[in-house]
Amino acid sequence: MLSLTGACTVVIIGILLVILGYLFWNGARYLTVDFFTKLPAPVGESGGGMANAIVGSGKLLLLAVLIGVPFGFLGGVYLAEFGTGIFPSVVRYMTDLLNGVPSIVIGIFAYGVVVARMHHFSTLAGGVALGVMMVPIALRTTEEFLRGVPQSLREGAMALGASKARTIATVVIPAAIKGIFSGMMLDLARVAGETAPLLFTSLGNRFWSPGWDKPTSALPEMIYHYAISPYDEWHRQAWAAGFVLLTLVLLVNIIARQVLARTSHAG
Amino acid sequence: MSAAPTILPRSRVGTFADRLRAGDQFAYTLTLVCAASIFLVTCLLVYELWIGSALSREKFGWNFIFTSTWDPVREDFGAVPFMFGTVVTSLVSLLISVPIGLGAAIFLSEMALPSISDTLTFLIELLAAVPSVIYGLLGIFLLVPVLESVVVPVLKGTLGFLPIFSGPFYGVSLFSASVVLSVMIVPFIISVSREVLLAVPVDQREAALSVGATKWETTWQVVVPYAKRGIYGSIFLALARALGETMAVTMVIGNTPKVQTSLLGPGDSIASVIANQFTEATSDMYISALIELGLVLFAITIIINGLARLLILTTGGRVAK
Amino acid sequence: MSTTREPETIVGSINQEPLTSSGSAPKQAETIKLSTERLNFHYGNYKALHDISLNFYANKITALIGPSGCGKSTFLRTLNRISETIRHTRIDGRITLDGEDVLALDVTNLRRRVGMVFQRPNPFPKSIFDNVAYGVRVNGMARGTSIREVVEKSLHRAALWDEVKDKLHETAHALSGGQQQRLCIARALAVDPEVLLLDEPCSALDPIATAKIEDLLFTLKDDCTIVIVTHNMQQAARVADNTGFFLLGKLIEFDQTEVIFKNPAAKETEDYITGRFG
Repeated sequence: MLSLTGACTVVIIGILLVILGYLFWNGARYLTVDFFTKLPAPVGESGGGMANAIVGSGKLLLLAVLIGVPFGFLGGVYLAEFGTGIFPSVVRYMTDLLNGVPSIVIGIFAYGVVVARMHHFSTLAGGVALGVMMVPIALRTTEEFLRGVPQSLREGAMALGASKARTIATVVIPAAIKGIFSGMMLDLARVAGETAPLLFTSLGNRFWSPGWDKPTSALPEMIYHYAISPYDEWHRQAWAAGFVLLTLVLLVNIIARQVLARTSHAG
Repeated sequence: MSAAPTILPRSRVGTFADRLRAGDQFAYTLTLVCAASIFLVTCLLVYELWIGSALSREKFGWNFIFTSTWDPVREDFGAVPFMFGTVVTSLVSLLISVPIGLGAAIFLSEMALPSISDTLTFLIELLAAVPSVIYGLLGIFLLVPVLESVVVPVLKGTLGFLPIFSGPFYGVSLFSASVVLSVMIVPFIISVSREVLLAVPVDQREAALSVGATKWETTWQVVVPYAKRGIYGSIFLALARALGETMAVTMVIGNTPKVQTSLLGPGDSIASVIANQFTEATSDMYISALIELGLVLFAITIIINGLARLLILTTGGRVAK
Repeated sequence: MSTTREPETIVGSINQEPLTSSGSAPKQAETIKLSTERLNFHYGNYKALHDISLNFYANKITALIGPSGCGKSTFLRTLNRISETIRHTRIDGRITLDGEDVLALDVTNLRRRVGMVFQRPNPFPKSIFDNVAYGVRVNGMARGTSIREVVEKSLHRAALWDEVKDKLHETAHALSGGQQQRLCIARALAVDPEVLLLDEPCSALDPIATAKIEDLLFTLKDDCTIVIVTHNMQQAARVADNTGFFLLGKLIEFDQTEVIFKNPAAKETEDYITGRFG
């Protein structure tokens, strides 16, 4: 049995290594400085880069954080510190529901709420889609780590005359902040790689996208469009972009998970 | 000697207390509003799906989920080819990933040393963090050629008599999508199953071993059955993810709305067709039909997710932490 | 227990006063700092405390003893209303601090005046300095350099200064259990409480740390009124001026410590003291 189950594990680890290896090899091969600094070249021409996609991803993620983190964090505070009755259970159920919704459906939601009303695609719409996707995990992470703070700390603060809000802000949240922050980083990394909700919200853009009300390109969206295109040059750029995206995502994951592992030992 | 206690004068007590109470009230209201917003967003989501699909629902009614034509020109839309593709690719991906995933989970929980188990699990969980579009990229340029040159000829050679492996293979196909999906969902199966298996109490294993059972027998006849519900839960969780996967699938499935017996032919899934055609939808009815597909997908994933959580939650009662 | 006198008949005088031996009752001339009058306490439908009437005299140490589950900790936690952090609890009856009704006072101000030290040390995951300064900052009692003075003074009063003066900005969790508990005492003292409630403060500590804290209590009673819940009778005998014996949520007897231990009036008290149950 050892050999059979061990073989399964080897296969999976092998797949992981092949994925990483092939991607990094191809990506590194085709990664140039131009990639980070230039705009996409006209169709059919070689050269160019994805500077606009990198900036676009940055803007979209900024919006996602601004929308998703406050609602998720404060909602988590409510569930952990204030919630009574049946309402918290309803919120938790809805949160899990929202978390399980396929990202393409979130895209439809953002399309209906933002794009259809503005009558054009925009960075804002993409940011809304990604922000909504961030909320469930942000909320559950916050709730989980706040609940992990021992009740004795809360009582200790209240026994000194701190009000409930003061206790939460100055004792409970600081005690849980490491875990919450790491969880948020993981959430952000997940959302950074999402493509589907962007396809008909921020759409894509071969040029710079100033402001928030125009379509914008994003790294994952460029990877998709370039990969399915018929041009070899674009395929090469897709590899480079994949390299950059995966490196960032994996780095954040590794760091955040290490921090989380150490928090649970110390806590 | 008694230090004079710093008693706040009566008048200040009132305002200080009021401010504290106001602070608590503000915190309560603010956090409540944020929690309630989840509720509102979810309702709004359902509303948008419902309203957006209204045109299509009115025209086709329930026939929508029984029709297999997808004709944008004549505006005749039916969900069947996509439901077929979604279900088939998800089920086949489970068929591939569950045995391997369960095998790896058993290895990691029962056989491997804890330090090795933790490291390998960490690596496997990194697989879950890889974005879908990257799986798609690798799918197009790595997996499909490998399938074409090595795997499918072998399959056809051995099992080619089966209808599911009949017909020509041009790379993009239901089979390719299923394989990509299986790689994407296997980390979930491993992660959850491993945890559930680790949570089976030591005394269960010891009870079996002490009557002379081998490790293999203990694992299959005692440990796995004890963790059965949680394992089913992990499978449902993986299924729910597979059903909603978009990018990797749309890049290798072939984007052909067709129902067929062979896995080797091109097909399409709900998520894939929405991703592909939404921006090319020329009429309101077209968009409405696509949104109705989204509604169908939403309904399917809710049901599966609900079942998954039911299974995992009810295991929590049995399995000791 | 042979000829059992039911607790009700002992305590069951008209006013439900706990029993005290005549001639050695606490002198009525001493000031009452904190008192309860017919205090009843419910967890949901369960009545945990029955008609407790008790006086805590200023600048004295009062010990509350009794077997596990007798309600002494529950009672202590009503005095600073920290019991209110648990839902579905109810206090009936009167608690007065300097004659004022505690239930009508602003609760955060009450808790500053009536401090509490818990059974297990619960320092915040902050530095030693920030732990002691917490209550001061939260109550707006001092600013800037005066915070430092308050912290230093409190650490002196808690007999901890010498051990931590060089590492004030290190985390409190690096201290030993006994040091952490003294830190919690310093933290409570920093807000200048009039009453200090201690809930089995030494139960998680070794004998040496326990002795240090007991010595501390003697020096502190000059500045505050101290109430200590303890399951260790010898500790009560060592430190307390007055002692109250609790059983099954009722106050059976309250008197000078000497009387309780040498000449208890109630049979239940005598049985507990002599170890017939515990």
